[in-house]
Amino acid sequence: MNRIDVHEAIAQAHREEWARVVASLTRRFGDLDIAEEAAAEAFATAVQRWPADGVPPNPGAWLTTTANRQAIDRIRRENKRDDKHRKAQMSYDDPPEPLGAIDDDRLRLIFTCCHPALAMEARVALTLRMVAGLTMPEIARAFLVAESAMGQRITRAKAKIKAARIPYRVPSAEDLPARVSGVLAVLYLVFNEGYLATGPDTDPVRHELTAEAIRLTRLIRALLPDDGEAAGLLALMLLTEARRPARVSAGGELVALDEQDRGAWDAALIAEGHRLVRERLAAAAAGVAPGRYQILAAINAVHTSARDMRDTDWSQVLALYDQLVRLDPSPIIALNRAIAVAELDGPEVALAAVDRLEPRLAGYHAYHATRADLLRRLGRGRESRAAYDKAIDLAGNTAETAALTRRRDQLR
Amino acid sequence: MQYLISVIHDQAGLATPDEDAAIDVFNDRLQTDGHWVFAGGLASPDTATVIDNRAGEAMVTDGPFLESKEYLAGFWIIEAADLDVALKLAAEGSKACNRKVEVRPFR
Repeated sequence: MNRIDVHEAIAQAHREEWARVVASLTRRFGDLDIAEEAAAEAFATAVQRWPADGVPPNPGAWLTTTANRQAIDRIRRENKRDDKHRKAQMSYDDPPEPLGAIDDDRLRLIFTCCHPALAMEARVALTLRMVAGLTMPEIARAFLVAESAMGQRITRAKAKIKAARIPYRVPSAEDLPARVSGVLAVLYLVFNEGYLATGPDTDPVRHELTAEAIRLTRLIRALLPDDGEAAGLLALMLLTEARRPARVSAGGELVALDEQDRGAWDAALIAEGHRLVRERLAAAAAGVAPGRYQILAAINAVHTSARDMRDTDWSQVLALYDQLVRLDPSPIIALNRAIAVAELDGPEVALAAVDRLEPRLAGYHAYHATRADLLRRLGRGRESRAAYDKAIDLAGNTAETAALTRRRDQLR
Repeated sequence: MQYLISVIHDQAGLATPDEDAAIDVFNDRLQTDGHWVFAGGLASPDTATVIDNRAGEAMVTDGPFLESKEYLAGFWIIEAADLDVALKLAAEGSKACNRKVEVRPFR
């Protein structure tokens, strides 16, 4: 096996086994710090040894065994006595839950990292480190935070988990829906930060974040196959990610949905997303009420089914937004609904709906960008320009700012 | 594992009779389920006295150590297997005493 193959094997093992190794060590040693450090050391050992010794037949087992040894060495080094150590262990269900898809240490790890007693930014950082296996510098760079600050955030979160005894466990059936929804919110936030990255000096789309979010959501979906919202979120991410190749122009501008080259969309991702949406539609037909991710996925399925913008089934989009508004009366949903209204009832009706959102969305760039577009279509150039100015002021994404600036400068 | 549940309040006035009754029900449940360690309601912060004897000469100050709108109105010390259990009990306690609470583990 040549060097490149070995490195690819290590990268693949990292993608597939990191979370499993950290999760099983956390379970065994009851300590996230020990698990994280030993897993990192095991992968470093693989990088040293595999090129000479060859890739072991079962990389996951090799890594777990190696990491276990590292952890035991560390515990011995620190001269931790067994009884003292046992006392410091995290609590987890004993005996464990019945076997099945849900009996997976990775699931425990995810629920611990996304615990509601941790701040949202701590949950995001911890999930990317412990579950996705991103390094501290990678996470810091992804969120444009200094490495030391990101390190502190993760250290503090781990210390709280230990001191306050946040359990290492899959929540009870009664708490599960709320806790799963908390996990999905973390993954959606990671995806969105990747898909519309904020910051003046950053790439407009950070593929590493969207890819990680999709990978983790696939994992959640595999671990919780009966959760409709996990399937919905995965479909939503896939159908959004599918449009990424058409989303930023060669000149570095964000390309709106109506101007995208639909031929550049990723057909495989769309097919997979549509399959999931159909699966959820069948469940809905059988009486399972869909949650917001499923409805958002269905809206994206309508868009990705139209080979041309003009073929979009806007009445279907609007019906789905109406359903979504009942579930989530947020002004941002109402703003997106207005865009569908503009296609069906014209920009004037839509503008009236958008203007009603002013008190709640005046600080949101997309509110002004939507108004600017509607005003432009109504031939109200002066007002449109003012709205573009506000949107440009508030937009944080480089490619979006470029697109808004061009649209403004094209106004007559 | 023990946790301190601090009751935080920002207005003058003690618990109402209704609140007291709800607190009694909650306390009974803590005792029945083996979570009870200790609990108490405190008199208002302006009855506090601060003592500093670090230098060997006790300095006495009238009033609370921290002047703030929010103050500690009372507390529970509970026994709970982990934070999930403690948070559930704290949520019930908050409802019973009709005030905000903070959960903090003992070392």
